[in-house]
Amino acid sequence: MVYLTRRYRFCASHRLHNEALSDDANLRIYGKCDSAFGHGHNYALEVTVEGPIDQETGMVFDLVALDDVVEEEVLERFDHTNLNLDVENFRSRVPTTENVCAEIFNLLQDKVDGGGPLHAARLARVRLEETNSNSFEYEGEPSVRNRN
Amino acid sequence: MIHVTRRAEFSASHVYHNPKLSPEENRRIFGKCNNPHGHGHNYTLEVTVAGSINPTTGMVVDLKELKTILEREVLQLMDHKFLNQEVPAFATKIPTTENIAVEIWHLLAPKLSFGRLHRIRLYETPDLYVDYYGE
Repeated sequence: MVYLTRRYRFCASHRLHNEALSDDANLRIYGKCDSAFGHGHNYALEVTVEGPIDQETGMVFDLVALDDVVEEEVLERFDHTNLNLDVENFRSRVPTTENVCAEIFNLLQDKVDGGGPLHAARLARVRLEETNSNSFEYEGEPSVRNRN
Repeated sequence: MIHVTRRAEFSASHVYHNPKLSPEENRRIFGKCNNPHGHGHNYTLEVTVAGSINPTTGMVVDLKELKTILEREVLQLMDHKFLNQEVPAFATKIPTTENIAVEIWHLLAPKLSFGRLHRIRLYETPDLYVDYYGE
Protein backbone atom coordinates (compact mmCIF):
# COMPACT_ATOMS: atom_id res chain seq x y z
CA MET A 1 0.00 0.00 0.00
CA VAL A 2 1.43 3.37 -1.02
CA TYR A 3 0.28 6.84 0.04
CA LEU A 4 0.42 9.53 -2.63
CA THR A 5 0.09 13.16 -1.59
CA ARG A 6 -0.50 16.12 -3.87
CA ARG A 7 -0.45 19.74 -2.77
CA TYR A 8 -2.78 22.50 -3.97
CA ARG A 9 -3.46 26.09 -3.04
CA PHE A 10 -6.49 28.31 -2.82
CA CYS A 11 -7.25 31.74 -1.41
CA ALA A 12 -10.45 32.56 0.41
CA SER A 13 -11.95 34.73 3.08
CA HIS A 14 -14.09 33.76 6.02
CA ARG A 15 -15.59 35.00 9.23
CA LEU A 16 -15.84 32.82 12.32
CA HIS A 17 -19.19 33.70 13.77
CA ASN A 18 -22.05 31.58 15.07
CA GLU A 19 -25.46 33.24 14.75
CA ALA A 20 -26.77 31.07 17.57
CA LEU A 21 -24.41 32.75 20.03
CA SER A 22 -24.44 36.28 21.44
CA ASP A 23 -22.07 38.92 20.10
CA ASP A 24 -20.12 38.74 23.34
CA ALA A 25 -19.81 34.98 23.14
CA ASN A 26 -18.70 35.16 19.49
CA LEU A 27 -16.04 37.71 20.36
CA ARG A 28 -14.84 35.66 23.33
CA ILE A 29 -14.66 32.41 21.33
CA TYR A 30 -13.40 33.62 17.97
CA GLY A 31 -11.52 36.81 18.89
CA LYS A 32 -10.29 38.76 15.86
CA CYS A 33 -11.57 36.00 13.55
CA ASP A 34 -15.07 37.28 14.40
CA SER A 35 -14.35 40.64 12.75
CA ALA A 36 -17.56 41.54 10.90
CA PHE A 37 -16.08 41.99 7.44
CA GLY A 38 -14.14 38.75 7.45
CA HIS A 39 -10.50 38.17 6.61
CA GLY A 40 -8.58 35.89 4.25
CA HIS A 41 -5.93 33.22 4.02
CA ASN A 42 -3.76 31.48 1.46
CA TYR A 43 -4.75 27.90 2.15
CA ALA A 44 -2.50 24.99 1.20
CA LEU A 45 -4.33 21.72 0.70
CA GLU A 46 -2.71 18.28 0.76
CA VAL A 47 -4.75 15.38 -0.56
CA THR A 48 -3.47 11.88 0.24
CA VAL A 49 -4.65 8.87 -1.74
CA GLU A 50 -3.73 5.34 -0.70
CA GLY A 51 -3.74 2.24 -2.84
CA PRO A 52 -1.71 -0.59 -4.34
CA ILE A 53 0.70 0.12 -7.20
CA ASP A 54 -0.66 -0.99 -10.58
CA GLN A 55 2.10 -3.12 -12.13
CA GLU A 56 1.29 -2.01 -15.65
CA THR A 57 1.59 1.73 -15.06
CA GLY A 58 3.58 1.88 -11.81
CA MET A 59 0.98 4.27 -10.47
CA VAL A 60 -1.43 4.44 -7.53
CA PHE A 61 -3.66 7.12 -9.02
CA ASP A 62 -3.61 9.12 -12.23
CA LEU A 63 -2.38 12.56 -11.14
CA VAL A 64 -4.17 14.34 -13.97
CA ALA A 65 -7.43 12.70 -12.85
CA LEU A 66 -6.73 13.71 -9.25
CA ASP A 67 -5.99 17.28 -10.32
CA ASP A 68 -9.26 17.36 -12.27
CA VAL A 69 -11.29 16.11 -9.29
CA VAL A 70 -9.69 18.56 -6.87
CA GLU A 71 -10.06 21.40 -9.36
CA GLU A 72 -13.73 20.65 -9.95
CA GLU A 73 -14.81 19.75 -6.42
CA VAL A 74 -12.65 22.06 -4.32
CA LEU A 75 -10.74 24.79 -6.13
CA GLU A 76 -13.56 25.97 -8.37
CA ARG A 77 -15.87 25.98 -5.35
CA PHE A 78 -13.54 27.63 -2.81
CA ASP A 79 -10.82 29.62 -4.58
CA HIS A 80 -11.24 33.39 -4.42
CA THR A 81 -14.53 33.14 -2.58
CA ASN A 82 -15.99 34.33 0.68
CA LEU A 83 -16.57 30.93 2.26
CA ASN A 84 -19.47 32.11 4.43
CA LEU A 85 -21.36 33.73 1.57
CA ASP A 86 -20.31 31.86 -1.56
CA VAL A 87 -20.14 28.23 -0.44
CA GLU A 88 -23.49 26.60 0.15
CA ASN A 89 -22.33 24.34 2.99
CA PHE A 90 -21.05 27.21 5.08
CA ARG A 91 -24.20 29.31 5.07
CA SER A 92 -25.24 27.45 8.23
CA ARG A 93 -21.90 26.13 9.45
CA VAL A 94 -18.93 28.16 10.66
CA PRO A 95 -16.11 27.86 8.09
CA THR A 96 -13.39 27.10 10.60
CA THR A 97 -10.48 25.33 8.97
CA GLU A 98 -11.61 22.18 10.83
CA ASN A 99 -14.98 22.33 9.07
CA VAL A 100 -13.43 23.26 5.72
CA CYS A 101 -11.00 20.34 6.01
CA ALA A 102 -13.79 17.83 6.76
CA GLU A 103 -15.96 19.31 4.00
CA ILE A 104 -13.17 18.88 1.46
CA PHE A 105 -12.73 15.25 2.55
CA ASN A 106 -16.45 14.63 2.06
CA LEU A 107 -16.45 16.33 -1.34
CA LEU A 108 -13.55 14.24 -2.59
CA GLN A 109 -14.21 10.85 -1.01
CA ASP A 110 -16.78 9.53 -3.50
CA LYS A 111 -14.69 10.72 -6.45
CA VAL A 112 -11.49 9.08 -5.23
CA ASP A 113 -12.61 5.86 -3.52
CA GLY A 114 -12.56 2.97 -5.96
CA GLY A 115 -10.52 4.99 -8.47
CA GLY A 116 -6.98 4.54 -9.75
CA PRO A 117 -5.82 2.03 -12.36
CA LEU A 118 -6.85 -0.94 -10.18
CA HIS A 119 -10.05 0.67 -8.89
CA ALA A 120 -8.70 0.06 -5.40
CA ALA A 121 -7.57 3.53 -4.34
CA ARG A 122 -9.02 5.29 -1.32
CA LEU A 123 -8.95 8.84 0.00
CA ALA A 124 -6.73 8.52 3.06
CA ARG A 125 -6.35 12.04 4.38
CA VAL A 126 -7.00 15.70 3.75
CA ARG A 127 -4.58 18.13 5.35
CA LEU A 128 -5.34 21.83 5.22
CA GLU A 129 -2.88 24.57 6.16
CA GLU A 130 -4.58 27.82 7.07
CA THR A 131 -1.27 29.60 7.68
CA ASN A 132 2.30 28.42 7.97
CA SER A 133 1.62 27.82 11.66
CA ASN A 134 -1.80 26.12 11.62
CA SER A 135 -2.75 22.90 9.89
CA PHE A 136 -5.64 20.48 10.25
CA GLU A 137 -5.98 16.85 9.19
CA TYR A 138 -9.04 14.69 8.63
CA GLU A 139 -9.08 11.02 7.75
CA GLY A 140 -12.83 10.44 7.68
CA GLU A 141 -14.92 8.58 10.24
CA PRO A 142 -14.19 6.14 11.66
CA SER A 143 -10.46 6.10 11.19
CA VAL A 144 -9.29 2.59 10.49
CA ARG A 145 -5.72 3.64 9.88
CA ASN A 146 -3.04 1.89 11.86
CA ARG A 147 0.39 2.77 10.60
CA ASN A 148 2.34 1.68 13.62
CA MET B 1 9.05 4.78 20.68
CA ILE B 2 10.70 7.70 18.92
CA HIS B 3 10.71 8.42 15.20
CA VAL B 4 13.83 9.97 13.72
CA THR B 5 13.78 11.38 10.19
CA ARG B 6 16.76 12.14 8.01
CA ARG B 7 16.49 14.03 4.74
CA ALA B 8 18.63 13.59 1.63
CA GLU B 9 18.39 14.99 -1.87
CA PHE B 10 19.20 13.55 -5.24
CA SER B 11 18.66 14.60 -8.83
CA ALA B 12 17.70 12.14 -11.51
CA SER B 13 15.89 11.78 -14.78
CA HIS B 14 13.27 9.27 -15.87
CA VAL B 15 10.70 8.47 -18.51
CA TYR B 16 7.33 6.80 -17.97
CA HIS B 17 6.84 4.21 -20.66
CA ASN B 18 5.46 0.67 -20.66
CA PRO B 19 6.71 -1.23 -23.75
CA LYS B 20 3.74 -3.60 -23.46
CA LEU B 21 1.39 -0.74 -24.31
CA SER B 22 0.98 1.02 -27.66
CA PRO B 23 2.59 4.46 -28.20
CA GLU B 24 -0.91 6.00 -28.12
CA GLU B 25 -1.77 4.30 -24.81
CA ASN B 26 1.55 5.36 -23.31
CA ARG B 27 0.90 8.96 -24.30
CA ARG B 28 -2.65 8.80 -22.98
CA ILE B 29 -1.67 7.33 -19.60
CA PHE B 30 1.61 9.10 -18.96
CA GLY B 31 1.13 12.39 -20.85
CA LYS B 32 4.22 14.58 -20.96
CA CYS B 33 6.06 12.12 -18.67
CA ASN B 34 6.18 9.79 -21.72
CA ASN B 35 8.67 12.07 -23.55
CA PRO B 36 11.21 9.43 -24.77
CA HIS B 37 14.21 11.61 -23.94
CA GLY B 38 13.20 11.72 -20.30
CA HIS B 39 12.97 14.62 -17.91
CA GLY B 40 14.34 15.23 -14.43
CA HIS B 41 13.56 16.19 -10.86
CA ASN B 42 15.28 17.19 -7.67
CA TYR B 43 14.00 14.47 -5.37
CA THR B 44 13.89 14.91 -1.62
CA LEU B 45 14.00 11.71 0.36
CA GLU B 46 12.94 11.46 4.00
CA VAL B 47 13.85 8.27 5.81
CA THR B 48 12.11 7.69 9.15
CA VAL B 49 13.46 5.13 11.61
CA ALA B 50 11.50 4.06 14.69
CA GLY B 51 13.19 2.89 17.86
CA SER B 52 13.69 3.43 21.54
CA ILE B 53 16.25 5.75 23.05
CA ASN B 54 19.49 4.06 23.97
CA PRO B 55 20.02 5.02 27.64
CA THR B 56 23.80 5.24 27.21
CA THR B 57 23.88 7.50 24.16
CA GLY B 58 20.49 9.20 24.40
CA MET B 59 20.04 8.41 20.71
CA VAL B 60 17.67 6.25 18.67
CA VAL B 61 19.94 5.93 15.66
CA ASP B 62 23.49 6.76 14.81
CA LEU B 63 22.77 9.58 12.35
CA LYS B 64 26.26 9.42 10.93
CA GLU B 65 25.80 5.74 10.13
CA LEU B 66 22.33 6.40 8.68
CA LYS B 67 23.83 9.08 6.44
CA THR B 68 26.54 6.66 5.30
CA ILE B 69 23.95 3.96 4.52
CA LEU B 70 21.77 6.46 2.60
CA GLU B 71 24.77 7.65 0.64
CA ARG B 72 25.92 4.12 -0.19
CA GLU B 73 22.59 2.40 -0.88
CA VAL B 74 20.55 5.18 -2.47
CA LEU B 75 22.47 8.26 -3.54
CA GLN B 76 25.35 6.46 -5.23
CA LEU B 77 22.80 4.39 -7.11
CA MET B 78 20.35 7.12 -8.12
CA ASP B 79 21.92 10.59 -7.87
CA HIS B 80 22.59 12.16 -11.27
CA LYS B 81 21.37 9.05 -13.06
CA PHE B 82 18.82 8.29 -15.75
CA LEU B 83 16.80 5.89 -13.60
CA ASN B 84 15.39 3.78 -16.48
CA GLN B 85 18.82 3.20 -18.01
CA GLU B 86 21.17 3.14 -15.07
CA VAL B 87 19.32 1.60 -12.12
CA PRO B 88 18.83 -2.15 -12.59
CA ALA B 89 15.51 -2.26 -10.70
CA PHE B 90 14.00 0.10 -13.28
CA ALA B 91 15.10 -1.80 -16.36
CA THR B 92 11.71 -3.53 -16.29
CA LYS B 93 9.74 -1.45 -13.80
CA ILE B 94 8.59 2.11 -14.51
CA PRO B 95 10.42 4.55 -12.19
CA THR B 96 7.31 6.31 -10.96
CA THR B 97 7.69 8.03 -7.61
CA GLU B 98 5.60 5.21 -6.13
CA ASN B 99 7.97 2.54 -7.42
CA ILE B 100 11.08 4.51 -6.44
CA ALA B 101 9.80 4.87 -2.86
CA VAL B 102 9.15 1.13 -2.60
CA GLU B 103 12.56 0.35 -4.12
CA ILE B 104 14.31 2.64 -1.62
CA TRP B 105 12.49 0.84 1.20
CA HIS B 106 13.81 -2.51 -0.05
CA LEU B 107 17.33 -1.12 -0.42
CA LEU B 108 17.43 0.32 3.09
CA ALA B 109 15.37 -2.01 5.30
CA PRO B 110 17.89 -4.88 5.38
CA LYS B 111 20.84 -2.55 5.92
CA LEU B 112 19.76 -0.83 9.14
CA SER B 113 21.55 -2.16 12.19
CA PHE B 114 19.47 -0.02 14.54
CA GLY B 115 15.78 0.70 15.02
CA ARG B 116 13.18 -0.27 12.44
CA LEU B 117 12.52 1.41 9.14
CA HIS B 118 9.16 3.13 9.60
CA ARG B 119 8.54 5.25 6.54
CA ILE B 120 9.99 6.30 3.23
CA ARG B 121 8.72 9.67 2.05
CA LEU B 122 9.85 10.74 -1.40
CA TYR B 123 9.13 14.17 -2.82
CA GLU B 124 9.24 14.39 -6.60
CA THR B 125 8.43 18.11 -6.39
CA PRO B 126 7.46 20.25 -3.39
CA ASP B 127 3.81 19.58 -4.36
CA LEU B 128 3.95 15.83 -4.79
CA TYR B 129 5.17 13.12 -2.47
CA VAL B 130 4.70 9.42 -1.82
CA ASP B 131 4.76 7.60 1.53
CA TYR B 132 5.52 3.90 1.95
CA TYR B 133 5.37 2.04 5.25
CA GLY B 134 6.32 -1.43 4.01
CA GLU B 135 3.83 -4.27 3.85
